[in-house]
Amino acid sequence: MIRRPELLELTGAQAARHVREGELDPAELWRAYRARAAADELNCFTWVSDEAEPDPSALAEGGPLAGVPVGVKDLFCTQGIPSQAGSRILEGYRPPYTATAVRRLREAGAPVVAKTNQDEFAMGSSNENSAFGPVRNPWDTTRVPGGSSGGSAAAVAAGLVPWAIGTDTGGSIRQPAALCGVVGLKPTYGSVSRYGMIAFASSLDQAGPFTRDVTDAALLLQAMQGADPADATSLGHPEPVRAPGATDLRGVRLGVPDELTGEGIEPGVQASFDASLDLARHLGAEVTTISLPHAPQALAAYYLIAPAECSSNLARFDGVRYGLRVPGDGDLLSMYSATRAAGFGPEVKRRILIGTYALSSGYYDAYYGRAQQVRTLIARDFEAAFAGVDLIATPTAPGVAFELGAKTADPVAMYLNDYCTVPMSLAGIPGISIPNGLSEGLPTGLQLCGPAFSENRILEAAHALERALAFDGSPARVAAA
Amino acid sequence: MLSRDQVLHVARLARLELSEDELDRFGGELSRVVEWIDTIGELGDLEDVPPTSHVVAVENVLRPDEPRPSLPARVALDQAPDAADGGFRVPSPGAGSETGA
Amino acid sequence: MTDFEPVIGLEIHVQLGTRTKMFCGCALAFGDDPNVHTCPVCLGLPGSLPVVNAEAIHYGLLMGLAFGCELAPRSIFHRKNYFYPDLAKGYQISQYDVPLCAGGRLGDVRLHRIHLEEDAAKLVHEGSSGRIHGADASVVDYNRGGTPLAEIVTEPDLRSGEQAREWLILLRETLRQLGVSDVDMSQGSLRCDANVSVRPAGTTALGTKTELKNMNSFAYLEAGIRAEVARQVALIEGGGAVVQETLHFDPRTGSLTPLRSKEEAHDYRYFPEPDLVPVAPTPEMLERARTALPELPADRIARYEALGLPTEQARTLTWRPQRGAFFEAALDAAGEPAPAPRVVANWLERTPETGAVTPDALAGLVALVEAGQVTGDAGRRVLEVLVAEGGEPATVVEREGLGAMDGDDAELEALVARVITEHPDVVERIRGGNPKAAGALMGPIMRETKGRADGARVQALIRAQLGV
Ligand SMILES: [Mg+2]
Ligand SMILES: [Zn+2]
Repeated sequence: MIRRPELLELTGAQAARHVREGELDPAELWRAYRARAAADELNCFTWVSDEAEPDPSALAEGGPLAGVPVGVKDLFCTQGIPSQAGSRILEGYRPPYTATAVRRLREAGAPVVAKTNQDEFAMGSSNENSAFGPVRNPWDTTRVPGGSSGGSAAAVAAGLVPWAIGTDTGGSIRQPAALCGVVGLKPTYGSVSRYGMIAFASSLDQAGPFTRDVTDAALLLQAMQGADPADATSLGHPEPVRAPGATDLRGVRLGVPDELTGEGIEPGVQASFDASLDLARHLGAEVTTISLPHAPQALAAYYLIAPAECSSNLARFDGVRYGLRVPGDGDLLSMYSATRAAGFGPEVKRRILIGTYALSSGYYDAYYGRAQQVRTLIARDFEAAFAGVDLIATPTAPGVAFELGAKTADPVAMYLNDYCTVPMSLAGIPGISIPNGLSEGLPTGLQLCGPAFSENRILEAAHALERALAFDGSPARVAAA
Repeated sequence: MLSRDQVLHVARLARLELSEDELDRFGGELSRVVEWIDTIGELGDLEDVPPTSHVVAVENVLRPDEPRPSLPARVALDQAPDAADGGFRVPSPGAGSETGA
Repeated sequence: MTDFEPVIGLEIHVQLGTRTKMFCGCALAFGDDPNVHTCPVCLGLPGSLPVVNAEAIHYGLLMGLAFGCELAPRSIFHRKNYFYPDLAKGYQISQYDVPLCAGGRLGDVRLHRIHLEEDAAKLVHEGSSGRIHGADASVVDYNRGGTPLAEIVTEPDLRSGEQAREWLILLRETLRQLGVSDVDMSQGSLRCDANVSVRPAGTTALGTKTELKNMNSFAYLEAGIRAEVARQVALIEGGGAVVQETLHFDPRTGSLTPLRSKEEAHDYRYFPEPDLVPVAPTPEMLERARTALPELPADRIARYEALGLPTEQARTLTWRPQRGAFFEAALDAAGEPAPAPRVVANWLERTPETGAVTPDALAGLVALVEAGQVTGDAGRRVLEVLVAEGGEPATVVEREGLGAMDGDDAELEALVARVITEHPDVVERIRGGNPKAAGALMGPIMRETKGRADGARVQALIRAQLGV
């Protein structure tokens, strides 16, 4: 039997295989990770299970996830378990139902061991916007883990959970994955049901996995994805998601967009990226420079569309049915305004205000309407690009993890973190970030994206690159960093 | 540049009470963000470009008209800040406020 | 003094009679305990998502086809954002710039559009509450929240309160017969607002309009519009001007009071609902709606009028479609010579309930009367028996001895002679120059013959025997 500490070194897929082969007791696995999570010093979690044994319903015979526990971002509704979306306004909120994605993971055999910390309502790129305090980057605890799914990224990097799920609206899976040196996959919009995910921007939100390697990402996606009658915008994959096995990139045409590389990217990050392109060529890929002419406008369009949708999505937090209520002066208007003033943090307020402004009478056409047109142009850019290449590669984030507090004073500087990830979100296409070596001793990420529902192709290429890069992101290495 | 009145108007639409400090702070920050967002204006005339409100290219995702179990009232009210008489109690909206539907 | 012409348009909200709500599987039910028909979706719980009820779309298509609307090839839902406790999500999902149905008409009124949306929850006023310092409180019941609604907006084609009332009745009957709603104004499943303005007769520009809210009966609608038209005319004649505002009509006092104007202008910040995808009616969906479409009241009234029925009778038969069907079955059952449809309708009108009488039997009875084999009076007795017991009219006539007396029958002549001798006073009056007094002799004669005698023949016999 495999025991601590070795079992903590296993990837999810490895642990699942050992459980299936009878070499690992899933209850032992649960207890080991529960203890790890409970002893967390990075503030990765908003809730850790205090059950000594895993939920027996999650240990169904033969489930592909075989009892390997999972960390779940706070904003996924989990019945009877706090689901607060990192917000004061939902402090202590225990929903009466469970999100489809989490239910599917559980049905596949993964019990929820912890809820992970996040930027409030998924708004942020540093996890400093959580009502429950910032998460620290395990590679350097004076630095941020990225956001908004910072808790999931940091917990996987530090080995506090074998794997985790998060959500990506403009980069909230890929960017923290890059900053923490783990794999993060944002699937095609609609691939994973949004039912039970506390919404930030409905037309962009998409759930996906954080894992230690690409194979694990494929395994979690397999379990999570699929059309859901409760989400009208969900779609089934046209072909099953497969575990990748590629070891080279022969025949893969890889495009590198001029607009998302070079200028604006930290030199160390760019150098890592360039080295990986060389490696890709060496593995047989045909690498060409391409153009996404409207990518520079993507960020502005995103920062109109996402706040507009969030201003509406967050209107339900009104102190009537659940969550915080502050009476104010006692009348209804005052109750609303006081509750929301006390319950939301500054970044959420900022975005609600921007979104309300962008939708308000007289501004719709110039802002929201125009942003939607830019969205069309960006989708067309990708369509044109994919006529000539199979996949597109960029650095995931323009820089490495920054110091806590470094960008909180300047919202626009903070928003620039999403520069390389937002265009794909607007087009609804999938993207993965894999660890791409270090710069200044900190992880950098390589992003690979492809057309809608090209996850298998992306996973294969990512698998081949991952193998060639041989990045050591083991918890022991991270702890030693 | 957003005027103080604009910020107040928007905050009121959004039912967000702002302190004097917040009003100053957000006024400045929002102006900066809006200025930056205005870069989408640089793309010029987009008259022939249709808007994309959604990337999902499907239609008619409909639900059969079949009842499904509702929540017990006890569960529905469980998280209410002020449950009373089987319902969610709120301060009465003044006469002439918005009405539904 | 100028004459003023009222210009009226209606906005009607109809609760659709589906089994479940517009965007969730909660059952529609009325009168239950509060908050027993709710779920994460209609409570607006975090993370929940709406999914459109297919039957609501079907009902929408039925209405669109019935009114000859243009059906949008690809209609979408929007969010209408505002804060109110009866709105669980802080927005209402509604249709905005691409409604399911545009244009169309019902009777002489053009429709502007029909769109689908969700109903709000119910707010019950609680009065002063101890908890909130002396302030009034309300309690929200989300059972109704999310009920499918069709909002029907007319063009300003109505010209009086009476016409508005009549038209709304036609709309109600049409919706009822389409089977899309129980259209009960007292239960709130049919709700009507009116936009009212006046203009000098003969002009075409529209005056400033006011909006009359929630007139919850046909009578109030008519009275409210009448009062508002009078108010506007008086205002203009007094040198004033109509102000655009929303008014509440108090049916008890007949007064109109403005609802306090909002502290801020409406700014609903509509934008396309990102949780839903477009509705694009397929040929199958359209075919299903077409097949389900019954004959519409307006068409049926026109068809009955063309058969020679007066408007009122045509309407009565249309409003009660089972009687209309009975009427048509009786017409079909009638042999040669075909009776006038109006005669058949009149016979049907003589019995409030059809009971055991069949359309065949009614047709048979009409034939007997028309052939002079049964008098009108005896026919009513036959009808009563048929309604109560059923059977064949000829059998009933035979059994009850209700066949018409032969005009040459000596029995009738003898009876007339006897009655004349029994009423010398009446004879005196007739001879004294008052021929109408003969009526007083008719009663006893008809009574004795149980209505079997032909009235005209009896009159002729009286005149002959008295030599007047
Ligand atoms: Mg409406
Ligand atoms: Zn419901």
